[in-house]
Amino acid sequence: MTEFIDFISSNLQMIYIVILMIFVGVEVIGHVPAVLHTPLMSGANAIHGVIIIGAILVMIDADPDNILSISLGFVAVLLGTLNVVGGFVVTDRMLEMFKKKK
Amino acid sequence: MEYTFSLEFIYLIASITYILGLKMLGHPETARRGNLIAAAGMILAIFGTLFLYQGDEVPNKIYILIAIAIVIGTIAGWLIAKKVDMTKMPELVSLFNGMGGASAALIGLIEFHHYVGNQLYIATIIAGMVIGSVSFAGSMIALGKLNGTFKKPIRLPKYNLLNNLVFLAIIAFGIFMVVSGTSSQLFLYLLFFSALAYGILLVIPIGGADMPVVISLLNSFTGLAAAFAGFLYGNKVMLTGGILVGSAGTILTFAMCNAMNRSLSNVIFGAFGSSSGDEAEGHEITGSIKKATVSDVAILMNYSQKVIIVPGYGLAVAQAQHVIHELEQLLDSKGIDVKYAIHPVAGRMPGHMNVLLAETNVEYDKLAEMDDVNPEFANTDVVFVVGANDVVNPAAHNDPSSPIYGMPILEVENAKHIIVNKRSMKPGYAGIENELFYNQKTSMLFGDAKDILTKLVSELKSM
Repeated sequence: MTEFIDFISSNLQMIYIVILMIFVGVEVIGHVPAVLHTPLMSGANAIHGVIIIGAILVMIDADPDNILSISLGFVAVLLGTLNVVGGFVVTDRMLEMFKKKK
Repeated sequence: MEYTFSLEFIYLIASITYILGLKMLGHPETARRGNLIAAAGMILAIFGTLFLYQGDEVPNKIYILIAIAIVIGTIAGWLIAKKVDMTKMPELVSLFNGMGGASAALIGLIEFHHYVGNQLYIATIIAGMVIGSVSFAGSMIALGKLNGTFKKPIRLPKYNLLNNLVFLAIIAFGIFMVVSGTSSQLFLYLLFFSALAYGILLVIPIGGADMPVVISLLNSFTGLAAAFAGFLYGNKVMLTGGILVGSAGTILTFAMCNAMNRSLSNVIFGAFGSSSGDEAEGHEITGSIKKATVSDVAILMNYSQKVIIVPGYGLAVAQAQHVIHELEQLLDSKGIDVKYAIHPVAGRMPGHMNVLLAETNVEYDKLAEMDDVNPEFANTDVVFVVGANDVVNPAAHNDPSSPIYGMPILEVENAKHIIVNKRSMKPGYAGIENELFYNQKTSMLFGDAKDILTKLVSELKSM
């Protein structure tokens, strides 16, 4: 039990973020027309590419002599970049089609 | 190894751009800008991390490796996203989602041994790794389903039971690893491969028509995995972005299910056609079909006042969106009232058909949404169904045993004439017969959509 309380008190800021973001996420998506579901999904898809920051941190903090860690980290950064760049670019390409026609 | 204040501040800005970007993506006028704002925030966060995060004596070769990975990823991601056909758009979203999931899984694999002994962190790592792996494997299967590698839903006997057992086993094993404080890499990899297997088992029985829902669900899974990694590193931007996507993605998943009038559990567990599908397929529809020729259809259209086009995925596959636009303009110039009826899930994703038609410069107000257009069918002379099937299947209204019963459809059977262009009598993605084709008012126009439409256009031009 004390461990649990310790956990809460030492991570209070993070817990606040988690709870608030859950509500923000729900709020932000409410009442979106079906037409925009796909671009929205694709945009959200790009945003979770933020995992790349974790992959960069892994590389920075990894033991430089541990080949396995370094190579897995390399792949993680690469895949994370694909997620970010591909995600945003394909979303932009979709939305380009929605521009107002003269 | 601390976040400096300036880095924290950059993370704050980036977090705001994600929220703002996602909000703006929900409105047609601001959507594109919203996406760019979120992208700018992401670039800021990545460069901030690279330049402001101070590790302990990090050798330069590490930074060089990171730079190489980013450059390769950027070029590859850019090329893939730019070059691939718009018809393959859902596949792309699925692919990029899978990459994010894999990245999260790899982080878990690497970080595990650093944190052995700290139960909370181990729990975080394991959760992130398992969710990321499920998302990766599931996305790859979804990709295969969308591009037709796996055509039929594959169902192992008692797959629901099997899946649930695998699921429970993964949870139990994960808890065991946390509680026992094991440092075994073997166990870690065992868990990793079980999670991959579960991702495959989860998606493989689900029909292709439900893939958008699945991708949306896996999308929020990846968000969750990113959030777990963010928690591990005390990294607020990862936590914000991850939870935001997890939460928004969940809501989006439910919204998509609503658009198809199905529950999420029905999509996941009651895979299309599994409960009643076998009987429904045996549900013989008796009657005969009428075939029409291109000139029959041309004459019919030429002398009608109102034509509604119902485009489906078949149109996209045949790359016929430009020709159909030509047909629409031609009819319009003859003074015929013509518009498109777009089912919310026409194509392979909600809004997919709108994007494809917008690409060919079809005017926005020619695209009618289902609820607006349904009352209009009764005074429509000709409905032209091109490559659509399940979204116009009246069984959704009047056959309770049909797997798509209850799904809202375009009520084309109310029109005076129905022309259906299909390649063959093959059933659509739901794998069921369509009694509309046997309707007295229906004529079938078999052939490749692009071919048929090109002929139809030239026939109409000569009239």
